Amino acid sequence: MTTLASRPRRRRRLQSNTLAVLLVAPAVILLALFTFAPGIYAFILSLLQQKVSGGLFGGTTTEVFVGLDNYASALADPELWASIGRMLTVAVIGVPATVILATVFALCLDARNARLVGFSRIVIFIPYAVPGVIASLLWGFLYLPATSPIGGGIIDYFGSTTIFFSVANIAVWGVVGFNMVVLYTAIRGLPAEIYDAAQIDGASELQIALRIKLPLIRPAMVLVGLFSVLGALQLYNEPTTLRPLANAITSSWVPLMKVYSDAFVTNDIYEGSATALIIVALTIGATLVISAIGNRFSRSSE
Amino acid sequence: MIRGARGGGLIPTLVLLVGALYCLIPVVWILVAATKSNAELFSTSTYLPSFTGSFWANITGLFAYQDGIFARWALNSLIYAVGGGVLSTLVAAAAGYALGKYRFRGSTMIFRFIVAGVLLPAIVLAIPQYLLLARFGMTNSYASVLLPLLVSPYAIFLCKIYAESSVPDEIMEAARIDGGSEFRIFTSVGLRLMAPALVTVFLLQFIGIWNNFLLPSVMLSDNELYPLTLGLYGMLRVSGGQAALYSFVIMGALIAIVPVVILFLSLQRYWRLDLISGGVKA
Repeated sequence: MTTLASRPRRRRRLQSNTLAVLLVAPAVILLALFTFAPGIYAFILSLLQQKVSGGLFGGTTTEVFVGLDNYASALADPELWASIGRMLTVAVIGVPATVILATVFALCLDARNARLVGFSRIVIFIPYAVPGVIASLLWGFLYLPATSPIGGGIIDYFGSTTIFFSVANIAVWGVVGFNMVVLYTAIRGLPAEIYDAAQIDGASELQIALRIKLPLIRPAMVLVGLFSVLGALQLYNEPTTLRPLANAITSSWVPLMKVYSDAFVTNDIYEGSATALIIVALTIGATLVISAIGNRFSRSSE
Repeated sequence: MIRGARGGGLIPTLVLLVGALYCLIPVVWILVAATKSNAELFSTSTYLPSFTGSFWANITGLFAYQDGIFARWALNSLIYAVGGGVLSTLVAAAAGYALGKYRFRGSTMIFRFIVAGVLLPAIVLAIPQYLLLARFGMTNSYASVLLPLLVSPYAIFLCKIYAESSVPDEIMEAARIDGGSEFRIFTSVGLRLMAPALVTVFLLQFIGIWNNFLLPSVMLSDNELYPLTLGLYGMLRVSGGQAALYSFVIMGALIAIVPVVILFLSLQRYWRLDLISGGVKA
């Protein structure tokens, strides 16, 4: 009796395991080939350098192992630090602006007597569907003195200081709606009972928003902050697209632009790889730091 | 109206309207600017559209630019975004379902391996991906832009969570008793129940690929293969701060936005952004 029942079950388990492996295989293979292999290849390249040997005529180029030399020279390059500084400046403006605006909009969407909620939610979300390059083109024309409807003739949006705000503004415009929806979803997910006591006590809508909703959506705010910081580290499309319009943006304005110009303009793929991996290290570091801060921050609210 | 205002609805409504205005300004501006010729762009009021027939002239001019290369870019963008979106959603659905609904040897290890992929941001990998593909002579092709985008650890993660919470074991077991093969159960039960997550993942992937810029700009040297973003950037750079192509670039930007916005608004009802914050409730 038992043997009769267990044999098909064993076959069934074998069949299901085979299927599971087959289903997960494409993802694992693609990830290995197009994410990890390039990562490892970049790491190998970052340890090499091209050496010309064999004298002046008929010299051959070979790749030689140089240890951490590329990292040393990448880190010694003041332009890398300058580009990191500019990226951080944009981040210092853009990240708080994104988190604050997204939170304010989400709280307003959830406010009891707010009107035009559906309309506003869609309209504020729409920029997320606009490609960063196109968004930069649009804002570029809005900034450009000759075509500006927002006072580009009076304010120099491409000045040495204003450029940081101009770039940050494009990034914020693109992501604020997405983050607003993430936060709004978090607010909608709160149990309705928590408002009852507050309403009986006669708390105002503003008090409920600031004292009850805001502390409870802290984990979602940390997530939004993390998205924004990671977005800033990967800043590339906006400044690159603005470059033909704005002289203030150089070819290595932010770290990723520097990697690009190292690899393709100066043709130093070895130092370029080292710089790319430094950015990866910064990304991982930022993720860990924000998660750690986030954990403490969300726990302190409980 | 006044009662609504007294109820505390006025300030939130005003804040939302200001936000909506901020988000709409560039879109409205481009609609207005698209109606203007190059000369009008600089001579007429920036707030008022022109009715001199320039809108149509811009469209025909844009599509005639360099023997109609713009239509090619638009088609390429569709190929990349639809093809990449569908394939990457299938890859993520299969992997997420397998990891969410089956325990097999190494499944935890594989899941950790996939999650680790999140730490290697795609945009930073674009240049190493180019260098690696160049070794095999695979750059400057559709495949070079599509292949690196087919797997998204984040999409797999979403699909796994969703499969766990919305594909009940009981239904799978019932299908087994009915004699369905495991593969049939995946296609007829698993994929159907995961539909909301799949629509969400598809939209996110579609938009990500449609908006992609660095990867194609690294991989492609032949402008016949360019997507819209790269092509329009090239046009802006050719004009190099000179105004010659501005009205075409503006029209091109407008055309690049329209399909994504339409897709978004039409699929609005079916996709679930709450998945992003991990707020799945079974």
